[in-house]
Amino acid sequence: MATFSADGPRVGFFITCVADLFRPTVGFAAISLLQKAGCRVEVPQTQTCCGQPAYNSGARAMAQAQARHVIETFEGFEYVVAPSGSCMGMVREHYPSLLADDPAFAERAKVLAGKSHEILSFLIDVLDWDDVDARFDGVVTYHDTCSGLRELGIKDQPRRLLAKVKGLELRELAAPEECCGFGGTFCVKYPEISNRMVTDKVTTAQATGATTLLGGDTSCLLNIAGKAKRMELPLKVRHVVEVLAGMADGPALGDGEDGIKR
Amino acid sequence: MDSTTHTFKDNIKVALANETLVHSLETMKTGFRARRAVAVDRLPEFDALCDAGRDLKNHVLENLDFYLETFEAKVLESGGKVHWCRDSEEARKTVLEICRAADAKTVTKGKSMISEEMGLNDYLEENGVTPVETDLGEYIIQLRHEHPSHIIAPAIHVRKFQVAEAFRKAHPQYAADRPLEEPRELLDEARDVLRSSFLGADVGITGANMLIAETGSTVIVTNEGNGDLTQLLPRVHVVLASLEKIVPTLEDASLVLRLLARSATGQEMSSYTTFSNGPRRPGDPDGPEEFHVILLDNGRSNMIGTDFQDMLRCIRCAACMNHCPVYGAIGGHAYGWVYPGPMGAVLTPGLLGLEGAADLPNASSLCGRCEAVCPMRIPLPKMLRHWREKEFERHLTPKGTRWGLGFWSFFARRPGLYRLGTRVVARMLRILGGKQGHLKELGLSNGWTAVRDIPAPEGRTFMDRWASGERP
Repeated sequence: MATFSADGPRVGFFITCVADLFRPTVGFAAISLLQKAGCRVEVPQTQTCCGQPAYNSGARAMAQAQARHVIETFEGFEYVVAPSGSCMGMVREHYPSLLADDPAFAERAKVLAGKSHEILSFLIDVLDWDDVDARFDGVVTYHDTCSGLRELGIKDQPRRLLAKVKGLELRELAAPEECCGFGGTFCVKYPEISNRMVTDKVTTAQATGATTLLGGDTSCLLNIAGKAKRMELPLKVRHVVEVLAGMADGPALGDGEDGIKR
Repeated sequence: MDSTTHTFKDNIKVALANETLVHSLETMKTGFRARRAVAVDRLPEFDALCDAGRDLKNHVLENLDFYLETFEAKVLESGGKVHWCRDSEEARKTVLEICRAADAKTVTKGKSMISEEMGLNDYLEENGVTPVETDLGEYIIQLRHEHPSHIIAPAIHVRKFQVAEAFRKAHPQYAADRPLEEPRELLDEARDVLRSSFLGADVGITGANMLIAETGSTVIVTNEGNGDLTQLLPRVHVVLASLEKIVPTLEDASLVLRLLARSATGQEMSSYTTFSNGPRRPGDPDGPEEFHVILLDNGRSNMIGTDFQDMLRCIRCAACMNHCPVYGAIGGHAYGWVYPGPMGAVLTPGLLGLEGAADLPNASSLCGRCEAVCPMRIPLPKMLRHWREKEFERHLTPKGTRWGLGFWSFFARRPGLYRLGTRVVARMLRILGGKQGHLKELGLSNGWTAVRDIPAPEGRTFMDRWASGERP
């Protein structure tokens, strides 16, 4: 357990580019959870993207430039938290090696990596907080997104938190650790392969009998929701923080007017 | 073996349309994966053994010349011979010379991926020597004129009824109406046919799962016992091995063996683990008169000292492909050369050159499951990314992608402009999404909308809403 400043840890919130654009609710839900857990949350206005599009496309110099931008934006905070396993995996697991040869940033990259956390991991592993006060009447299933699971070891944290949600029943996927087929640019470069993967994911989700699929990465969820829509399945897809924060009353990803407030 | 890696995008279309293949790959997921998980769970020290395996192989690669020369000296001492071959061409010629010197008409073969890499079967046939594969899977695909689609289960893409078809065609000596529905019936028939090949062969060729420096031994693991008959019955035994198969001691070999079968098939040990030491000695009841080791480099030594050196730790267990969702979708043939799956996507550009194999490192979602199950702790996703970096440096990355990344990078470092852009895009997509909340198509994103809809954004961006004072 870490020790915090007297008035709660000062957290720089990283919305991530995909949630910023597609799913602001994820940001508000995540911040709500952080505040309930006693954090002082700030949203630095110069944040954009963690750099994965460049990094995973082999554009190392562009990825390095982006990493430097993120470090400059967030290094002043006690902690950096994002509602994404893959973006925090990028910061924690890849920034240090990406900038290892940059004398001005090598050490700063390591420091930032050490204090950056995916939201569920931050709540449980750093704050030891699971005082969830939410209700969600329904059967859900959970997709363990790859980077969160394998780079950051996020597996039990969402389950421990979801167990606190009143009215919620969790039914596990037959293959919860199988990639959904998003993979960044992979899903548009190799749509046929990605299609097979996401079809399997959506089909196994349906097979659990759950009406909602939850997960911790907006990008993967867009892929799964997009496929469910294309297949015209009734499966709802949401980021897990929406449920944990009691903010799952609006339309699910890819759903329309009914309930849209803004 | 000829490569079709350059037509990868066409290959995957063929693979995905093949319903028999889809069915076979489903069985792989439930079989290999489940059995490995059980075997690993049963061995509490599995993780520690993986660390030890990684360290062992790293040590070997740092001292490769020493261990290979020690191995050669031991093989010579035992009366055998080591042939150092720079590439496939040299290796093929050497094998043919050995066959000719033995006046060989037929050779029996145990399973060997190096043989595939060398394109040995076609070459021998062209030169009047008949190769007979004796591993059941290899035998099946030899009859079907195919290449392996998996490194430990070469015929995983073939279903039982197709095996029966191949057998009926290739074995006219049996009654046409014989039952061939049960695996047992297929096995018995293959065993019966192969028995005469074993007895009639002049040369036996096997691969090697390991070479042991301190003893000059070669090691094979099999589940059918065909390898033993291949190397014991003919007068000449030829071992095909690539140079990274070397381990220093018998003790080290046992470490690798503890990891290999568990990772591969979920067995604690394979049914047969056979150590060979040179030709028959006076007083030995059996064994070959000649013992040759073909030591193939074929580009591997060029990988030493590069970003790709770790790949040479690979012990060919196939855990990476067994757990790979991409392999699981398209099977092995689509990869276009000898080695499929994640290990193939890293190794193939290393051995064949990146130009013809540029798709392979990109055709991965980098989900990381391969690395998680690799008993040698090979950082496969990291190396796939290294290849992508090489492609970007050499301008092999498509122009559109490069342009798109440059555009993205420009904006992503200019938060003011970025805000403006995302605000417009979010609004636009929101409007296009309309009442249903998702888009069926959008000009620029064909790859996305070809197979799935675009969930529409909520409207204003998070940063926009936050900046205007909205709070949870």
